[in-house]
Amino acid sequence: MDAVSAHLDGPQGPKPRKRFSRNNIIIYGILGMVALYYLLPLYVMVVTSLKGMPEIRMGNIFAPPVEITFEPWVKAWSEACTGLNCDGLSRGFWNSVQITIPSVIVSIAIASVNGYALANWRFKGADVFFAILIFGAFIPYQVMLYPLVIMLRELGLYGSLWGLVIVHSIFGMPILTLLFRNYFTSLPEELFKAARVDGAGFWQIYFQIMLPMSLPIFVVAMILQVTGIWNDFLFGVIYTKPDLYPMTVQLNNIVNSVQGVKEYNVNMAATLLTGLVPLVIYFVSGKLFVRGIAAGAVKG
Amino acid sequence: MNAQMNSVEIKNLDLHFGAVKVLQDLNLTIGQGEFLVLLGSSGCGKSTLLNCIAGLLDVTAGQIHIGGKNVTWAEPSDRGIGMVFQSYALYPQMTVEGNLSFGLKNAKVPKDEIAKRVARAAEVLQIEPLLKRKPAALSGGQRQRVAIGRALVRDVDVFLFDEPLSNLDAKLRADLRVEIKQLHQTLGNTMIYVTHDQIEAMTLADRIAIMKGGRVMQLDSPSEIYNRPRNLYVAEFIGSPTMNMVDGALAATQFSSPLGEISVEGYAFDGGAPDATPAVLGIRPEHIASGAAAAQMPIRLDSTVELVEPLGSDTLARVNANGAPFWVRLDGQATLRPGDALPIGFDPARIHLFDKASEERL
Repeated sequence: MDAVSAHLDGPQGPKPRKRFSRNNIIIYGILGMVALYYLLPLYVMVVTSLKGMPEIRMGNIFAPPVEITFEPWVKAWSEACTGLNCDGLSRGFWNSVQITIPSVIVSIAIASVNGYALANWRFKGADVFFAILIFGAFIPYQVMLYPLVIMLRELGLYGSLWGLVIVHSIFGMPILTLLFRNYFTSLPEELFKAARVDGAGFWQIYFQIMLPMSLPIFVVAMILQVTGIWNDFLFGVIYTKPDLYPMTVQLNNIVNSVQGVKEYNVNMAATLLTGLVPLVIYFVSGKLFVRGIAAGAVKG
Repeated sequence: MNAQMNSVEIKNLDLHFGAVKVLQDLNLTIGQGEFLVLLGSSGCGKSTLLNCIAGLLDVTAGQIHIGGKNVTWAEPSDRGIGMVFQSYALYPQMTVEGNLSFGLKNAKVPKDEIAKRVARAAEVLQIEPLLKRKPAALSGGQRQRVAIGRALVRDVDVFLFDEPLSNLDAKLRADLRVEIKQLHQTLGNTMIYVTHDQIEAMTLADRIAIMKGGRVMQLDSPSEIYNRPRNLYVAEFIGSPTMNMVDGALAATQFSSPLGEISVEGYAFDGGAPDATPAVLGIRPEHIASGAAAAQMPIRLDSTVELVEPLGSDTLARVNANGAPFWVRLDGQATLRPGDALPIGFDPARIHLFDKASEERL
């Protein structure tokens, strides 16, 4: 016992905590089981995609591959057949890239200005406009499918990439506008007032004051849009034609083809390839996203 | 300084948010170089009025003139005003220098002129070493100084302050209060200052406008507001601790109340003593004499000490006189205990009488 604590009796300093208390065992036990439950299918997919067909036919789906082969990945990417095309998923990948990038940029650009105008410039009828926009978020997509087909046909954009970009941008609008409006509303109003006293106009305040303070919400919006649009199947299959099918539609066509042998390893590899982009987005921007929120970038 | 010229004039101003009337038929004239404080509790419309003057809110009716020009429809930046906000409202991604020059860049002021004005403002406010820093790296007092600088560089006639010191701690608030007063004396600009802090109001203002429910209850110099409050609201609002109030009835110069019959001979009536009316008598804690001094006062009462609050410089005591509670301000060295008997007394010249019904000063 050292000199300081020598004359103190009874409990002192930090209270000791048991590592293996009942609560801890229950909490970590449940967390571990849930994690396992979600990771198991992923494990099966990765393992299966690295096996050859003879090994798969033996039926041990949980067993690690005896002989690792990347053949299924290569086949899924560049050789698998959908309909008449036998160039694999690569075509769908580039289609999806060409659809996702402009859709994300256009929808976020418009929605952020919308949200900024709704939050800061209380124009006449702003509340009604906002209510209508939000209402749009609750209308089932199915209702709008056919009218949109006709509208795109009249515009001459039906079956083109740009038609699909427009559709994605429109459908992203309600939720993104809500997101941006709420964020801009949470920024101190006095900042906006100060900028107005300083003589800044609508676009100056947006670009010079609001944008630099809004990185976190732009990251959130980007994650939402990239994953949403990349994973979209319905619009992709309806508003494009086979040459321009996004990756998800092509994946479906590969996996669900009825002729020949079911190549489980190729299917698994194709599925993993398709899921890779949202996965990467989460890993790369997730950290940035959390940091942006936690840093409280708002406080001056 | 031209005392005749009016800097800011507000004429019949109304502002409604839906059915809520925030400002009602408000008239206010502020002279060139005057320091006017808008004082009131929260929700009285003082900040709203300031926002209207700044042009950040559209008015429902009425006019606003600044420097002789009708600016009712003008943009905030075209009104010749600079504004300082409670939360500083500095642009977080810009340096101090960027914050100061933002308004000037928007106004397309030439570069060398911007540099000159920023340097001058930085010198006046002693923030030269901070120019390259971001607001996040500044203390509260430094941030508020930059915020004042942002108004300063614009070379405007009228400064608007919206509770600029409310976010600062007590010590800093007192320091910056002095600096603002100094700044006003140096620059001679018109300043309109919103606060809910009566000490800020009393120390800074040439005139104070006390507001309640969107109306101005009294517009006068600080001493007039302290010595001759126009109505009960102002009387109770100004002064800490608040004025002691006793309900009673006034007949000529006789005030009868639970305290007994009191002659108010020597009170300066506004109009003349009324015949007979229910009235309220007010006396400030610091105008009540106690102990030996009480014997020389025309009005004397016996009381018992109930509660003692020593503040160091003063001691506040709540005493009970015939069932009526009174706060009395005593010397800081007074040694009183609850239960002690304390004779108190006051001079009718220092009391305030208000009509019970209209709450106006008699």
